[in-house]
Amino acid sequence: MKKEIIISGFGGQGVLSMGKILAYSGLLEDKEVTWMPAYGPEQRGGTANVTVIISDERISSPILSKFDIAIVLNQPSMDKFLSKVKPGGILIYDGFGIINPPARKDITVYRIDAMDKAAEMKNAKVFNMIVLGGLLKVCKIVSTDGLNKALYKTLPERHHKLIPLNMQAVEEGMNLIEEVK
Amino acid sequence: MEKKEVTLMKGNEAVAHAMIRCGADAFFGYPITPQSEIIETLALLKPWETTGMVVLQAESEVASINMVYGGGGAGKRVITTSSSPGVALMQEGISYMAGAEIPGVIVNVQRGGPGLGTIQPSQSDYMQATRGGGNGDYNVIVLAPASVQEMADFVDLSFELAFKYRNPVMILSDGVIGQMMEKVVLPPIKPRRTEEQIAKECPWATIGRPSSREPNIMTSLELKPEVMEEINIHLQEKYQLAKDTETRCEITDCDDADYVIVAFGSAARITEKSMEIARKRGIKVGLFRPITLWPFPEKELRKTVAGKKGILVAEINAGQMIEDVKLAIGNSLPTAHFGRLGGIVPDPEEIVNALKTKLIDNE
Repeated sequence: MKKEIIISGFGGQGVLSMGKILAYSGLLEDKEVTWMPAYGPEQRGGTANVTVIISDERISSPILSKFDIAIVLNQPSMDKFLSKVKPGGILIYDGFGIINPPARKDITVYRIDAMDKAAEMKNAKVFNMIVLGGLLKVCKIVSTDGLNKALYKTLPERHHKLIPLNMQAVEEGMNLIEEVK
Repeated sequence: MEKKEVTLMKGNEAVAHAMIRCGADAFFGYPITPQSEIIETLALLKPWETTGMVVLQAESEVASINMVYGGGGAGKRVITTSSSPGVALMQEGISYMAGAEIPGVIVNVQRGGPGLGTIQPSQSDYMQATRGGGNGDYNVIVLAPASVQEMADFVDLSFELAFKYRNPVMILSDGVIGQMMEKVVLPPIKPRRTEEQIAKECPWATIGRPSSREPNIMTSLELKPEVMEEINIHLQEKYQLAKDTETRCEITDCDDADYVIVAFGSAARITEKSMEIARKRGIKVGLFRPITLWPFPEKELRKTVAGKKGILVAEINAGQMIEDVKLAIGNSLPTAHFGRLGGIVPDPEEIVNALKTKLIDNE
């Protein structure tokens, strides 16, 4: 198994930390992992993306031209990465702020309205975990159990009380995601 | 056996952890993107409370390297880290260290230039690193990590080499390797050397003069040319020994290959993927990755490429290491270069395309 994933959105949406939790979950399941951010002077509101590779074998390039899975969370990300999904690959997007929905027929497209769900849960910070839940529903890269463990490992102890809420967001994301046909 | 703990961290963070664990006495540095996580991680780990290691943010890179000079002169394991424009500022100090035979480690997490350039990754300091960089006939041993694990492992190795040769050693990394997170097993913990150990292992160090010997003097200045020539000859003998014994490289899938891509650091990692793509298309290609950029693994390269159809040198610069490749193999094979500039990192497909258009199509 090898999954090459790009996660892209606005800075402040939790794109980098979503990638980190995913990578750490992979590590806990004894997989090879690489997390490569596009770093820059951007802050909240700018664009942010991260490449996460999870594999049973040694990982070669951290820089990729094509991806198995693209998670796009705003229109600029859609414009940039839609064409970079491998044929037969997966694209997941949040409908919020997307003006031009993807029109490719050779990939599987999923929509997850995580922004709306986070607003409904009255906690914008769990947005990325809702998206992550959606991803794990459609592609079981790591187990939810592994994800739970990764949260305990990566978050400082003072934030551990928030983990059940984050896992609830993952659950919500799993129920929310739907294929666009 | 002790179970090794696997953690996930950035290359920069791994460097910070590794220096504490391998018994470094001091870090002097100044923040600059894309290497700031090194000093940030040190501030977080507070090694001055555990191993007693000094961590100091100097007022500039010029100050940092001269602090390394001072600490190294006292036989201490001292390290500084920066990125391209900062390392440019350090060149005078590095030259003085080479001249005075002072060990020390410099990490360059490269970004694109010239000048202030960009904060994005680049490999355009290859020439500066491998040709000494400052004034005078000298060389710095240069190691090029291609993974977070090597970022961690090369710190202790650099100190070992620096003290073995009494010379500066540089880890030439870049924004890709510094910023990416991978699995890493941190090196074993070594205690810092005691004053007695330093006195025994570094008889040249300026650590206070016992009545039994003349004062140790650390300087690069010598006004009598006949003496200065002797000093230079001694340095050259040292460099020759390093050339004969310290070259390192990694050779992947070259045995059956028609073409060999020569690449170091992050470009070598990207090339690994290019190889997968090329081989799926029926192009037999291998990778030669120099790990020591100076001394350059010339003999190993000559042996690896003998009888091949051509060489592509893939670098994230305008064509620097290709000169060493050509010095090593002469005109024995068609040799082409591929690079991206100014902070653009090539993707694996671009390297495959370059192999095709620059070598295969020209046959």
